[in-house]
Amino acid sequence: MTDTSFYTARAGEPELKDYFNLLKPRVMSLVVFTALVGLLVAPQGVHPMVGFTAILFIAIGAGASGALNMWWDADIDRVMRRTAGRPIPAGKVTPQEALAFGLALSGLAVMMVLLASNFLAAGLLAFTIFFYVVIYTMVLKRWTPQNIVIGGAAGAFPPMIGWVVATGRGSLEAVCMFMLIFMWTPPHFWALALFMKDDFSNAGVPMLTVTHGHASTRRHIFAYSVVLAIFAVGMAFTSIGGPVYLLTALVLDGLFLKGAWHIMARDTDMALADDYLAEKKVFKLSLMYLFLHFGALLADAVLKSLGLWGGWV
Amino acid sequence: MIKVEHEIHHRRLNRNVGVGLLLVALIAIVFGLSVVKVTLGHNVEKFDHVLRPALEQTE
Repeated sequence: MTDTSFYTARAGEPELKDYFNLLKPRVMSLVVFTALVGLLVAPQGVHPMVGFTAILFIAIGAGASGALNMWWDADIDRVMRRTAGRPIPAGKVTPQEALAFGLALSGLAVMMVLLASNFLAAGLLAFTIFFYVVIYTMVLKRWTPQNIVIGGAAGAFPPMIGWVVATGRGSLEAVCMFMLIFMWTPPHFWALALFMKDDFSNAGVPMLTVTHGHASTRRHIFAYSVVLAIFAVGMAFTSIGGPVYLLTALVLDGLFLKGAWHIMARDTDMALADDYLAEKKVFKLSLMYLFLHFGALLADAVLKSLGLWGGWV
Repeated sequence: MIKVEHEIHHRRLNRNVGVGLLLVALIAIVFGLSVVKVTLGHNVEKFDHVLRPALEQTE
């Protein structure tokens, strides 16, 4: 062994940004936003330091579950083009390091949310991490084409946790915010799956487009969009809804339903003829959908705090 | 004695400095949170294996 062998034994020594990438930063940005809205629209306020700590560690908890997901899924991430550049398949972080990192951050995040707020919020965060890592990643993902549907619950918890940080309990409004993300996830992913020729099937992941075909996926997209629209518009008449949210929900859900109907009315030949134009439109709309809905909730909360809106009754 | 500065030393230094800053930030957050919790006037006294009638009334 020479001195230089110490330096060449591991070509891809990890940098901080490799660990940061294990946290799925793009998913974390949505978690921060929705959890923050859940916290801010709640009737009770919290001290800014408490709110900041809670949101930060809810996001870190979500990131930790992402790292544990990458640890478990390293074998299929290596096969799929979209995920081949992630830190583990790229050889920058070892699976053991990702596991240790994910577990340590999960524990830290739950503990810090407990310190900042209450048992229920910390328990919900712990359950979210468990649900995403064990129920979704380890069990559902490779077993059923409904993986996206049930797994979507993990992404739907953050606004509910934000709400519980402020109020200390669950409520109809928290459930509505949960349902908005829960029902949005399937049409969002299936619209993408229709036009993206990803290699899920090579990786052994059952996607609805592969197991049940495109026609069935198109019907599923429309069915979920109808239920989504009912929850989305219905939330306008709860205590957190208001004129801005109602208008936003009516316009966006009208457009979303129109697009989903259009997708259902087409077949693969028609989609190929215009390069999946309708599917891509609905997917792009779905990207804006959550940000605009939650943004509208926030706008109504501001109107309320300024005394410009006093509720429906 | 090895004096040659290898690229990997530089990368490790960056990483160690980064980890150090993150730890300092964590300490600042825990400290800040403690200050806020105390100044908010939350009840910091709890039962400590002995009966505390005074606390019982405030619970």
